[in-house]
Amino acid sequence: MAASFTFYVLAALILLFGVAVVTAKNTVHSVLYLIGDFLAVALLYASMNSLFVAAIQVLVYAGGIVVLYLFVVMLVNLKRPPEEHQDPNRRGTLGGLMVAAVMGELVVIATYNVVRPAPAANAPTPVGFVEPLAMALYADYLIPFEVASMLLLVAMVGAIILARREL
Amino acid sequence: MIDAVVIPILKILIVLNAVLVAVTFMVLLERKVIAWVQVRLGPMRVGPYGVLQPIADVVKLMTKEDITPVKADRWVFTLAPLIALIPALVIFAVIPFGPVVSLFGRQVSLYITDLNVGLLYIVSVASIGVYGIILAGWSSNSKYPLLASLRASAQLISYEVAVTMGLVSMIVTAGTLSMVGIIQAQYNQGVWYAFIQPVAFFIYFVGGLAETNRAPFDMPEAEQELTGGFHTEYSGMRFALFFLAEYANMIVVSTVATTLFMGGWLRPFPNVAALSFLDFVPAWIWFLLKTFVFLYVFLWVRATLPRYRYDQLMRLGWKVLIPLGIANVVVTGALKVLL
Repeated sequence: MAASFTFYVLAALILLFGVAVVTAKNTVHSVLYLIGDFLAVALLYASMNSLFVAAIQVLVYAGGIVVLYLFVVMLVNLKRPPEEHQDPNRRGTLGGLMVAAVMGELVVIATYNVVRPAPAANAPTPVGFVEPLAMALYADYLIPFEVASMLLLVAMVGAIILARREL
Repeated sequence: MIDAVVIPILKILIVLNAVLVAVTFMVLLERKVIAWVQVRLGPMRVGPYGVLQPIADVVKLMTKEDITPVKADRWVFTLAPLIALIPALVIFAVIPFGPVVSLFGRQVSLYITDLNVGLLYIVSVASIGVYGIILAGWSSNSKYPLLASLRASAQLISYEVAVTMGLVSMIVTAGTLSMVGIIQAQYNQGVWYAFIQPVAFFIYFVGGLAETNRAPFDMPEAEQELTGGFHTEYSGMRFALFFLAEYANMIVVSTVATTLFMGGWLRPFPNVAALSFLDFVPAWIWFLLKTFVFLYVFLWVRATLPRYRYDQLMRLGWKVLIPLGIANVVVTGALKVLL
């Protein structure tokens, strides 16, 4: 009871912050809401006993990446009101269709869960603790883990090439 | 009921109040120590030898006019001092001031909680504090605070990497992330980690000076260049909150350094039975004494060393401390595997 109450409160907070991020007029305020959102997600992890994941969420996302966002936003300093720089390439209908598809998918998943509930999970293992997580990442799934890091490196190189036309 | 609710709340209240009182007296100590270094007397007027000066300071700050600049972003301007202060206080939840003791017939631990990922919790909560500085500078809508906050955040991000590298090699040595576990590991291995991890200790302390914006790395509040720094536009109690945050962070760095590198609450030579008469001093007193030594070094450094130039600061961070930290992690890991 108490656990599900915490979950719903945090989930509501996460959604509220998420909506605030996209609706805030001032970009710095949006970044602030984003920090709130990440902190609420970290609390959600902590409430599920995954303290390691919660700490990493705060350290990497709320404390690391968003600082860089804030730098960019502060330095670029968009003073124009949002109406003036509407993207001419905007594809409103396409976006609407994609949102509808995702929503439909969620509805299908929800109904499927009601019709055929998943078997009850076994006794909860402390997944968020350091040792089991490290064993999983660096022993059992070492190759997928390294491949994923290569993928991130490729993405970073790609972003640099896109940003600087002539090298 | 009592163990689950009443005692934790009492502990939180005691720790918070102790930290805030300690902060006010740190300010007095700083003025006194710097005065002695410069062969002056320091504050002498309020109370005998000026010991009541902190109370006068607090009254002055609370009765001052609280100004918000017209062009400031009011909402963020109000929020920024709180964002700076709260993480510094929240960290004290995992600082182990002493072991489990029996108090009024009840087993009470002298720490608020012992997390499995305690050290990681400290690093991650501390990384939130930088927003206070960035947002204070931005929301003031004034150029000196903005410049200062850019400097400060660049400095904090750079030194965070080095400090974390130092901590990683410390964790490899201890084999645990829990703060109580780290003290226990030092007891079992019979040595303070300052002696087997001197490089990590050096990186941590230099990084700690930089992360608390203390001299010789007090770029963000270089008075001569920035008319004060990121808090130029703040006054009254909101300015005092930044002050509180800085001193609370100094206490955090000192307590963490004590726990990680100086054996926390352990007495000197905890494994030598011949020195067991030292046990008449309670463990938490040892902890506070060691913390006090670090705090004194903070003040001593400020009174002695001139400020670094900004490019020198960045060079020290990126070209000396970070490579040193990475090399230290590699060597520690190799030794750990080989030995």
